[in-house]
Amino acid sequence: MTLETLPIGQRARIVAVDWERIAPEDGKRLRALGIDEGARIAIAHRGVLGGRDPIALMIGRMTVALRRAHAEAMTVEHL
Amino acid sequence: MTRLRRAALVGNPNAGKSALFNALTGARQKIANYPGVTVERKAGRLVLPSGEPVELIDLPGSYSFDTASPDEEVTRKVVMGDFPGEAKPDALVVVLDAANLEQHLVFAQEVIELGVPTVVALNMIDLAERDGLVLDPDALAQALGVPVIPTVAVRRRGLEELIAAIGTAETLAAARDHDAPRPHITLPERRLTASNIAKGAILSESAEHRIHAGLDKILLHPWFGPLILLAVLFVIFQAVFAWATPFADALDAGAGALSGLVVSNFPEGFLRDLVTEGIIAGVGSVVVFLPQIVILFAFILLMEATGYMARAAFVMDRLMASVGLSGKSFIPLLSSFACAIPGIMATRSIADPKDRLTTILVAPLMTCSARLPVYGIIIAAVIPNTRLAPFVGLQGVVLFALYIAGIVGAMVVALVLRSSVTKGAASGFIMELPRYQMPILKDLLIGLWQRAWVFLRRAGTIIFAATVILWLLLTFPKADPGESQVDASFAGQIANAMHPVFEPIGFNREMTLALVPAMAAREVAVSSLATTYAVDSEDEDKTLAALQGKITAMWSLPTALAFLAWFVFAPQCISTIAVARRETNGWKWPAFMVGYLFALAYVFAGLTYWAAVALGL
Repeated sequence: MTLETLPIGQRARIVAVDWERIAPEDGKRLRALGIDEGARIAIAHRGVLGGRDPIALMIGRMTVALRRAHAEAMTVEHL
Repeated sequence: MTRLRRAALVGNPNAGKSALFNALTGARQKIANYPGVTVERKAGRLVLPSGEPVELIDLPGSYSFDTASPDEEVTRKVVMGDFPGEAKPDALVVVLDAANLEQHLVFAQEVIELGVPTVVALNMIDLAERDGLVLDPDALAQALGVPVIPTVAVRRRGLEELIAAIGTAETLAAARDHDAPRPHITLPERRLTASNIAKGAILSESAEHRIHAGLDKILLHPWFGPLILLAVLFVIFQAVFAWATPFADALDAGAGALSGLVVSNFPEGFLRDLVTEGIIAGVGSVVVFLPQIVILFAFILLMEATGYMARAAFVMDRLMASVGLSGKSFIPLLSSFACAIPGIMATRSIADPKDRLTTILVAPLMTCSARLPVYGIIIAAVIPNTRLAPFVGLQGVVLFALYIAGIVGAMVVALVLRSSVTKGAASGFIMELPRYQMPILKDLLIGLWQRAWVFLRRAGTIIFAATVILWLLLTFPKADPGESQVDASFAGQIANAMHPVFEPIGFNREMTLALVPAMAAREVAVSSLATTYAVDSEDEDKTLAALQGKITAMWSLPTALAFLAWFVFAPQCISTIAVARRETNGWKWPAFMVGYLFALAYVFAGLTYWAAVALGL
């Protein structure tokens, strides 16, 4: 399953990232924040006013906002 | 000790760097711009236990030296000694968020690998403890190979130890310098090391922090979040208008008293008129708005200090995405409500160049504090002070509507730009949401003082000069008996020449005259109206209250509304044009910006005037 479809609060691990689908600058930023293959994550919040964008991702003790388009490029497995 | 030694603070964003910088250097800081770029260079002084002074510079927060945004580029160049005109720092202080070690150690390793004498400040250790983390600074020091000092900037904990460590960093590093050259390490390796070091330094860890998650549940809620943000913004604008009034009245009364004092103590003549009609009436009418500007900045600084600003960006992202921008543009645009200059400078954190350019181009549409004086005087003069509900006045609602007009204008312009001149792929939105924190009063006060000082300096320089020049243009040549002074003056002649252009949109001659110096700084429009009416009046009352009375008596409602509409879109001040030129490396985009703003201002002032006349207002 992709990160986009991961239910809120479910702990998961990123097993693969399709970097081709993410803009190079965004990819750099995501990796700098530790959002990469192997990272243990959970989704804290998703969407505003009925949409599914943006997403608040918990990684370690940090919360990071990202877009649905990024999440669609990441394959995750439940922990 | 032949030269001043220098140390630099580096670290991830949200590591508490600025609070630590304020605690180490006190309020005596020098803020300048790095040459060629508009990233702020914050420098201050600290004194080592030996009595030797050290210059401390605060560098922009950075996630990595593999840089993504222009302000991170400054950090990288300064630290590496590649920044022209900035000597390489003798020592570095890496600021780590104690509660976020695994993340912050990635960049810390990169800094330590440079081989520059380094000290680590394990900052906000109290918050980590509150979150149930118990850390071992010694284990961390051993793993990193540099001194580690636990600090709490807010409570001044660990500051002496940190200063002492900065003093000995160079000797320590010299003793260690026999180390073999460090191998190149990749990001995944660094991340693994960071994770291992963090694990080794954490003695115990309890469940995650609940206040933080609980607040996010409400403030990031898909429906409550936007409602809360709207309410916060509404409170801010009501406060700007209501809370500032007693202070503004006091300042205005002070200007009136000062004017009276001059009149009763100096002989009648040119000099006395220059002081009372020119300087006190002009500069005074602008300084009166200091309370409103301070209140607006206080809210913005508070939102930043508590961590709510990033949540506001999160909540706004979807709306911003609909016009081709991202939530990241919200922060520069909100700052632009205070002043477009820091707003345009804040766009440096936006990595996407087209996103950034669009944000720069629409930033002047946000109602900056310099427009408040104009709105303030005209609303007070022509809009009745009716209560619509408890704590909600009609004047505040009109002010809110003007702000909304600017925001909607910016949205539409951004959408048009993103599908024409700044066309390109939709940008992403990646942003750390920092933990919530209690704001630190001292840091807020330092920030407020810096903003207030910039405003007062403008009042004392640009506005002072513009006011005096305008007064001279209004006073000469002298009118013949029976003729109005304004009609006879140079300024009146200039206004008469321009007037045909502005007459169709309902502007009277005094307003046309005020537009010229308003290009220097928008708030000058008020002081020039004050000066113009003061020159033309017989009585000695040059206060803002008198100007307000004149506007009520002499302007029709459609004319006043057209003037308000003009200033929603008004071509921005010269300083904004200058900063836009510097940020976009040329005249092309500033020229475009001035052109489209002027056209919008003219059209919308006209539409407002004609509509108001048609409605019989």
